[in-house]
Amino acid sequence: MEKPLLSVRNLTIDIPVGGGTLHAVRGIDFDLNRGETLCIVGESGSGKSLTSLAVMGLLGKTIRRTADRMDFDGTDLTRANPRTMRKLRGARMSMIFQEPMTSLNPAYTIGDQLTEALLLHKPVGREAARARAVELLEKVGITAAESRLSQYPHQLSGGLRQRVMIAMALMCEPELIIADEPTTALDVTIQAQILRLLYDLGREMNMAMILITHDLGVVARVADKVAVMYAGELVETGPAADVFNTPSHPYTRGLLRCIPLPGKTERGSTLGTIPGIVPSLVGDIEGCAFRTRCPYAEAACRSEIPRQGSAGHAFRCIHEDGKRQAEEATA
Amino acid sequence: MLTFILKRLGLAVLVAFTVSFISFSLLFLAGDPAAALAGETASGEDIESLRKLYGFDRPMLVQYGDWLFSAIQGDFGESYYFRLPVASLIAERLSVTMTLGVCGISFALLTAVPLGVAAAIRPNSIIDRVALFLSVAGQAMPSFWFGLILIVIFAIQLGWLPPSGASSPVHFIMPTIVLGYYAMPAIMRLTRAGMLDVLSSDYIRTARAKGAPEGRVLFRHALRNAIIPVVSLAAVQMGFMLGGSIVVESIFALHGAGYLAWESIARNDLPTVQALILVFSMFYIVFTFLADVLNAWLDPRMRSS
Repeated sequence: MEKPLLSVRNLTIDIPVGGGTLHAVRGIDFDLNRGETLCIVGESGSGKSLTSLAVMGLLGKTIRRTADRMDFDGTDLTRANPRTMRKLRGARMSMIFQEPMTSLNPAYTIGDQLTEALLLHKPVGREAARARAVELLEKVGITAAESRLSQYPHQLSGGLRQRVMIAMALMCEPELIIADEPTTALDVTIQAQILRLLYDLGREMNMAMILITHDLGVVARVADKVAVMYAGELVETGPAADVFNTPSHPYTRGLLRCIPLPGKTERGSTLGTIPGIVPSLVGDIEGCAFRTRCPYAEAACRSEIPRQGSAGHAFRCIHEDGKRQAEEATA
Repeated sequence: MLTFILKRLGLAVLVAFTVSFISFSLLFLAGDPAAALAGETASGEDIESLRKLYGFDRPMLVQYGDWLFSAIQGDFGESYYFRLPVASLIAERLSVTMTLGVCGISFALLTAVPLGVAAAIRPNSIIDRVALFLSVAGQAMPSFWFGLILIVIFAIQLGWLPPSGASSPVHFIMPTIVLGYYAMPAIMRLTRAGMLDVLSSDYIRTARAKGAPEGRVLFRHALRNAIIPVVSLAAVQMGFMLGGSIVVESIFALHGAGYLAWESIARNDLPTVQALILVFSMFYIVFTFLADVLNAWLDPRMRSS
């Protein structure tokens, strides 16, 4: 079997807060192969963004990251010094952020910012870097690419800026690209375009991609693998088709009920919601984090939660198949 | 960029005219200039003849036009006290003030900006505390007191530096420190606050995500954005230092323009006061204009507005 490009085991992220420690990510495992797209889904605050920042080594100074293993193509990221991380970032792994409006430096031209990573990491000259920038701007569908190089971020719309961000992330042809809700801040009409673009480019360059989103419609279209995150834990992971067809964790099914599906959801019917709120992540959570909102919660949910399913499609629940069949029978 | 500069230049010229009019009007706000000139014992006839001699009997706008026309050519009239052309009087004193001002603002910037950056990189660290202490001390200590303390220590007790005068560069060391230290706290705080703000911004994270080394992130990406408000502040302070270094000039007996202003006010030497006010205001206007241009160069968003 192919060795995964990125392999993470037991990643935890702790944030010291006033009254104790906020366990934002509680021991998650995932693997990502070259050219594969992993979608991490979950509510706000479930730890998706922190997980991606942890891989990039971009967590704040006060945030503690521990992991049994974080292996990126043979480099142990848990032990990598800042210099090693710096050489990986932008060159072999890059990131696209949620906020295109504020993620570009207002003081420098698009050209300066696009070429920066390439000039930092590769032995290329200014001219070659600019040529590459033009090439990528064209690739991300920006017209008059040449003249854009001398423009400043404030002269571009949000959609254009996010295209620039994508082009910027691709400058060094990274092996891994992490996109943290890349379309959330954009106009609905161009969200799909941007995602399509990102997905196509990923395929074309054979990049592995971690796409963080809470839009399950997006996941259905682009994901190879899905990881569902809840309160800092991965409650269900598996190939996209399996997770969508046989969603095993009650939370995954709850999420899926929240989105309308063409042909499945009846016109005029109410969309699902998951009642309740995410538990506080400060301190330890006893048993299953979802039990306070789960319709199938029982006393045993307070105890240790087993991991079920296969290595490919796993979920954490005390109920066999997470009560999926029982639920389908009543539906 | 060029249109921006021209717009700002136009604005600066308008402000300059307004200021010139106000400084000219001061002459009349201070009472009857002819009576003041003639002295307390003068007869009504003497006052009238002086009024004619100096042209105070003409309409105010005519006098203003006349005064402005000469002022543009560098003729500010004659000092009542020194009986010398005001222009040459000021020019002579201005070199001391300019030297002091440039040294003072340089000292302030060279201490405040690095301290502010260092404090922002590690908030609440020892260096941040030291910076905070220095800035509070700087704000709390009056210049005259600080100046005297320096004289007592370095001139009298240690004998390292001359206590007063302006005859050599060494004479400027203590005045520079006193004047610069006065401006330092505000610049330091603004740099620190700006850096803290910018360092937590999304584009700094982007720069780090590109693998930019920390020094490049701090200085190229962060400082350039954080320094923008500092430029505006420094321009105002520079103007203030050139016009308001009266206290420092008096303590160290530097006979600069500030000292001249103080002397002239005391002597009711109106043409000199008028001219000094105009010159000091012009400094403010010029520095504000330069700061605007520098800011527009630093921040492309300003160029379009």
